[in-house]
Amino acid sequence: MTGPKFKLPGVVSGLGVTFRTMMKPAVTVQYPHEREDPPGRARGVIALKEENCTVCMLCARQCPDWCIYIEGHKEKRPPRRAGGRDRTVSVLDRFDIDYALCMYCGICVEVCPFDALFWSPEYEYSEPRIGELLHDKEKLGEWMQTVNPPEPLEVGAEVKGKK
Amino acid sequence: MTLPVPVPLAIDAPWGLIVAIKTLVVLSVIPAGALILGYVFLLKMMSHMQSRLGPMDPGGFHGWFQLIGDGIKFIQKEDIIPAEADRRVFMAAPVVVLISTFLLYIVVPAGPRLVVADLDVGVFYALAVSSLSVIGVLMAGWASANKYALLGALRAAAQLIAYELPLVLAVVGVVIQAGTMSLQGIVHFQQDGSLFGWNGLGFPLILTQFFGFVIFLIAAQAELTQTPFDMPVAESELVAGYMVEYTGFRFLFFFMGEFGTAFAFAGIAATLFLGGWSIPHVHGTLADVLGPIVLFTKVMIVSFLIFWARFTYPRFREDQLQAIAWKYLIPLSLANILATGIFKVVF
Amino acid sequence: MTLDFRAEALIQKHLADARINIELETEGMVLNLGPQHPATHGTLRVVVKLDGERVVSADPVIGYMHRGYEKLTEFRTYPQITTLINRIDWLSSFANEVPFIHGAELLMGVEAPPRAEYIRTILTELSRIATFVLFLGEMALQVGAITPAFYGFRDREHVLNLIEAATGGRFHPNFNRIGGLKVDLPQGWIDETRRVMKKIFDSVDDFEGLVVGNEIFAVRTRGVGVIPAGVGAAYGVSGSNLRASGVDWDLRRDGPEYLVYKDLDWRVWTHSDGDSFARYWVRMQETRESCRMVLQMLDGLPAGPIMAKVPRIIKVPEGEVWVNTENPLGEMGYYLISKGATGPFRTKIRSASFSNVSILPWLLKGVYVPDIITILASLYFILGDIDR
Repeated sequence: MTGPKFKLPGVVSGLGVTFRTMMKPAVTVQYPHEREDPPGRARGVIALKEENCTVCMLCARQCPDWCIYIEGHKEKRPPRRAGGRDRTVSVLDRFDIDYALCMYCGICVEVCPFDALFWSPEYEYSEPRIGELLHDKEKLGEWMQTVNPPEPLEVGAEVKGKK
Repeated sequence: MTLPVPVPLAIDAPWGLIVAIKTLVVLSVIPAGALILGYVFLLKMMSHMQSRLGPMDPGGFHGWFQLIGDGIKFIQKEDIIPAEADRRVFMAAPVVVLISTFLLYIVVPAGPRLVVADLDVGVFYALAVSSLSVIGVLMAGWASANKYALLGALRAAAQLIAYELPLVLAVVGVVIQAGTMSLQGIVHFQQDGSLFGWNGLGFPLILTQFFGFVIFLIAAQAELTQTPFDMPVAESELVAGYMVEYTGFRFLFFFMGEFGTAFAFAGIAATLFLGGWSIPHVHGTLADVLGPIVLFTKVMIVSFLIFWARFTYPRFREDQLQAIAWKYLIPLSLANILATGIFKVVF
Repeated sequence: MTLDFRAEALIQKHLADARINIELETEGMVLNLGPQHPATHGTLRVVVKLDGERVVSADPVIGYMHRGYEKLTEFRTYPQITTLINRIDWLSSFANEVPFIHGAELLMGVEAPPRAEYIRTILTELSRIATFVLFLGEMALQVGAITPAFYGFRDREHVLNLIEAATGGRFHPNFNRIGGLKVDLPQGWIDETRRVMKKIFDSVDDFEGLVVGNEIFAVRTRGVGVIPAGVGAAYGVSGSNLRASGVDWDLRRDGPEYLVYKDLDWRVWTHSDGDSFARYWVRMQETRESCRMVLQMLDGLPAGPIMAKVPRIIKVPEGEVWVNTENPLGEMGYYLISKGATGPFRTKIRSASFSNVSILPWLLKGVYVPDIITILASLYFILGDIDR
């Protein structure tokens, strides 16, 4: 379109912006009546799969905040084959994560060699008393139900062979 | 243009009862008006302009109870007066502001017979009385025994005094055209007027006094210390300027004074420029019934403009504010008067 | 008992002030834009001496948010430090990790694969967009317009959702690892990013109409807080603040090579005025430029692995390295000294806002009180970045 363009003074076009925004629907999600689902990878809470844990203490050592408290003891188990030696197995006594300290960095989940820790996008676990933010073994086991299966990766990602 | 003969009321009641009823009506209109303006524009319109919803839960339906709940909250708060404050002046300041608001409502007509007092100098009286609030602001700032409150009050006083002039001068054009200062008379002038011989719309004075309308709105914005002229209240060194030491129901008075005055100014603007309560060709008792509704609609339209500007623009610095009043608005309004006068004489 | 020289200097300063006050018989008011103030983004304290409405002297007092980062890094391993340094500049948190990890990779002689470099650049530019969109809204808030602030937060949410979908965390991604990235992008992320970029373009146009074109905003910001190029460079001001004074310097193009900026077709925006308006305008243009860069990178994203071959327990060999990058707030740099352990021996963090704030005593002389707020907003510092 040729010819001089008539430019509205800024004060007027500013009014237009707010007016147009008023006409569009609001973006508010009325929590708690409605909820937005976080993406699958969202770091909400850490879940523990107890049967995989061998009390290697790697997660407790690597945590930047030292918010994981692990206690375990060794037990003797009968040998697998008759005539063999007794096996020693580490049994987990206590596995607490203090969510008042946790930075949600995910180093513990990443570093665990036995895939005993998982991320879950669950975020609604605030408590009125700060002591109740220390989740023990049972509670961490309950979070396993909210863990998402691993999701497919984007095009171009290298598909690793089986580990 | 002859002045309308005041129509006597059908009921013959003692004078004291009429005054009491009128007082009660005005006293209930002020908080009602303030609440409605506050809810519709401050809470809901502002929120939607900001892509959000505003209060939704209080009262269930879109949070209509929010402001009333806020009012109740304010009333039940502890009444704190600073130890070094001047007690009497401190307590009197919000009342002065509220009195100025109250006095404004007296002249605004809501129907051919629904006016508390139809003064012959209605416009003059309204503008004079609206400047009483400056005294209240200065009293508040001085009595607070707080450096920052005093500075905020001085800034506010300077701004309010500076913008009185464009406010008054913008209205002079209306008075010249209508030939009367009585608000009821101006409404009748607009109702009975005609546009080039066609009297379907009456003759709303906004058509010829458009610049006067704009200047009036800008000056009203400044009188209400609203953005873009809210330097006394918003930036003001830390908190709320002259209101900083006021809590609880005293702050509620200031708040009601602000929104009540906004409602009143919008009412005056609607009356002077848009025709007030009048619909062309509607007279008599029907006008009495429809008048308040029509006035309310026009007030909401004018308030929409005031609040729309409030939520969109940044604020001026104090010296730029004064420059606009003295260097731009006053010469423009004087030119408006000159033009109106010339046209009135020539045509 | 002798006092140390700092206490002595403070006493002399007070004596000098008292002498001036007695001689001139004026009583300038000392205003404390205290640690709690809506205008400073965090706990910055500016002690301002006023003469009426004009500022006579201004003293920023920092340190209210000092968290001891450099000491923390002495006793942490590299993955742990990556988590912590997210929180230095919390608005553009991904960009804080990049120079640190790059430095460690240089010392190790490891190069991240191209896909990892591209995704790192995309996430850095996304964090730049997120920071600048918030700036566009929130500087307008400081100047008085309340509406753009909400637009800033609303549009930043789109970008944060993208970052959360890829990394798991909205504000603190903790996504870089020595050698690459933690994990690859989820499915559908590229299309979603394209949609979000379109939304950001629209939103920046909104800001242009609402704020930049507004005459009131222009009157409040033009000519306010002019930083001449030489003075700015001398004080160490960096980033968009310096580019707004006309200096054509951008570490992404002019510094040592890092990430994939050399492969992209982009330009550096400068403005000649050096006032607050110029700083707003430059950041607005840079937001658009970042959107364009992200779209180019999405089109050209190579396939492949995202992690190079690195040992399980990473011990960075002995050495020292200095890496500086163009962060959204300015120039951020890390000086890493490694003695072969699992964590650095010493990290020196050069943060952008620390130097940006150092110009305040010079800049605030003679301005009006409302202009202090405008200048503070336009310099755009984050307290975590100043105090570390």
